Amino acid sequence: MTSGRMELVCPAGTPATLRAAVQAGADAVYCGFRDETNARNFPGLNFSAEELAEGVRFAHDHGSKVLVAINTFARVNDVGLWKKAADTAAECGANAIIAADIAVLDHVAKNHKQVRLHLSVQAAAATPEAIGFYATSFGIRRVVLPRVLSVQEIAALNRAIEVETEAFVFGGLCVMIEGRCYLSSYATGKSPNLNGVCSPPEMVSYDDEPNSTAARLSGFTIDRYEPGEPVGYPTLCKGKFKAGGKTSYLFEDPVSLNAGGMIAGLKAAGVTALKIEGRQRGKGYVTEVVRAFRKAVDAVEQGGDAIEIDRILAGQSEGSRQTAGAYSKKWR
Amino acid sequence: MSAIALTLGPVFFHWSPDRLSDFYRRIADEAPIDRVHVGEVVCGKRMPFSDPAWPEIIERLERAGKEVVLSTLAAPATVRERRSIEDLCTDERLVEINDVTALPSRSGKPFVTGPFLNVYNEASARFLIQRGATTICPPVELSLAAVGAMAGACPETEFEIFAFGRLPLALSGRCYHARIHGLHKDSCQFTCERDPDGLAVDTLDDQQFLAINGVQTLSNQVQAFCPAPADLTSRGVRRIRLSPHTCDMVEVAKTYRALADGREDPKAARFILSCLDLPSTLVDGYAHGKPGWQAATSI
Repeated sequence: MTSGRMELVCPAGTPATLRAAVQAGADAVYCGFRDETNARNFPGLNFSAEELAEGVRFAHDHGSKVLVAINTFARVNDVGLWKKAADTAAECGANAIIAADIAVLDHVAKNHKQVRLHLSVQAAAATPEAIGFYATSFGIRRVVLPRVLSVQEIAALNRAIEVETEAFVFGGLCVMIEGRCYLSSYATGKSPNLNGVCSPPEMVSYDDEPNSTAARLSGFTIDRYEPGEPVGYPTLCKGKFKAGGKTSYLFEDPVSLNAGGMIAGLKAAGVTALKIEGRQRGKGYVTEVVRAFRKAVDAVEQGGDAIEIDRILAGQSEGSRQTAGAYSKKWR
Repeated sequence: MSAIALTLGPVFFHWSPDRLSDFYRRIADEAPIDRVHVGEVVCGKRMPFSDPAWPEIIERLERAGKEVVLSTLAAPATVRERRSIEDLCTDERLVEINDVTALPSRSGKPFVTGPFLNVYNEASARFLIQRGATTICPPVELSLAAVGAMAGACPETEFEIFAFGRLPLALSGRCYHARIHGLHKDSCQFTCERDPDGLAVDTLDDQQFLAINGVQTLSNQVQAFCPAPADLTSRGVRRIRLSPHTCDMVEVAKTYRALADGREDPKAARFILSCLDLPSTLVDGYAHGKPGWQAATSI
């Protein structure tokens, strides 16, 4: 439970976006190393040790914190790589390490007591018992909440736990419980847990066919577009499929999360920090979204009403469809 | 006593109490299986239907000499669901943990970690072994080589590989059976019971791909990993898990028993399985470190 000002946690896929997020008003930025130890292991993204050290200096000079995501599951016989990433993050002065794997949590708890541990959304801890286990075993200070809980459930959870909670408010939306989804490896051999990637770009093809374009992942047709229709990225769980005689976006429509309208509700539910997804996003996007959410969070803190918050966030849709996801109970 | 043991995993689907009773009666009487998991793991809303059936099923299985394991929910949410896990964890029988929620109440007593619990490396395995894990069935996306590497590093514990059945690939807070019928999870009308092996999900080009089972997404294809016994024993993997379907599971169990005893070779075993009334074709890509959908082959 918190009575303080809510913390705005923003994505930093590169040193340039880290600086942009800090300057746009992020209370904290989160980032990862350029390898499979983090869940956004995409080409051209992430940090070397030197870049992280420099990013931490920049953030600290501007009053922001740096949280380092080491949140994939360590490969068997290769746990050293994950431990080394944690050691490097600690040496660089990171304020917190975000981890999901018991092996990584245990290592940080035993060797870097000065670094806060945040439990990654990839750990999928959604009950007081699960969160309590991580708090007792590893001293986690914060849990990033799985995106399956309603605001009411988050409020009940916060009353039952001792650690802080962080909730996603904007960006990509996983419809499956994160950290427990193997759809990507089933189709492509690569997955968030094993490789830090979902629906990897090297497995994507856009095939022009008579009167349509098919978006495929590893040969599986994920969606098909009419000429002139905007073509989307074939993320597995946002595809159009046939089941029970119906063709539909079975798992989720191609939407992204925008819980901007829920900021006040999340604060009332006791949430400590709000997280913006999107380490794969560029500097311009991050600046704009962080600036808007900074204003929105400040307005909520000052007692602004829902209409004002809506107005502040009105431009943040990129023309795509949005949802408040599981925060609203009828999503389920 | 053979080197490789057979486990029958929990039923993932919403089967009626009668179907469950009939199914386990045959397993008790006819299937050469050492250990049988019982209990609901996918959706707590189904528990009021199946709960009354379990005591008799357990009694029957134990009378037939099977070791019964009580499986627990993979994604508990409500107070009732959390309490059910806590209650099951007090049982003297072995308990299968499928969510960290169960760990505090089971720590110090023996348990199985199911494929929904993320055990990806020897360090996590050791941590759980110290707290009571006696059998570890790692996530289905791990290869036999990875499971074997963990087994090699933790020889005191039994490692189990998910060998047969539609692969459990994902869980969600959202119920897809409800969604496809225009309903919400809270008023789902239990439409998942219409699909006792899950509902097939095909791509727009009619490629077989996935299957839904309420909040769970499975592979459309059926895992049918048929290793030669030495492929397992040389890596220290000592258990094979078979996941229940409506096909003749006694025949599946007999086939795997013959395979594990070296009486049937992998190719013949796969052929026997392919002749059963399965919901889809056979795959085993994951076991080889490849995409899960890839067709079943020899090592």
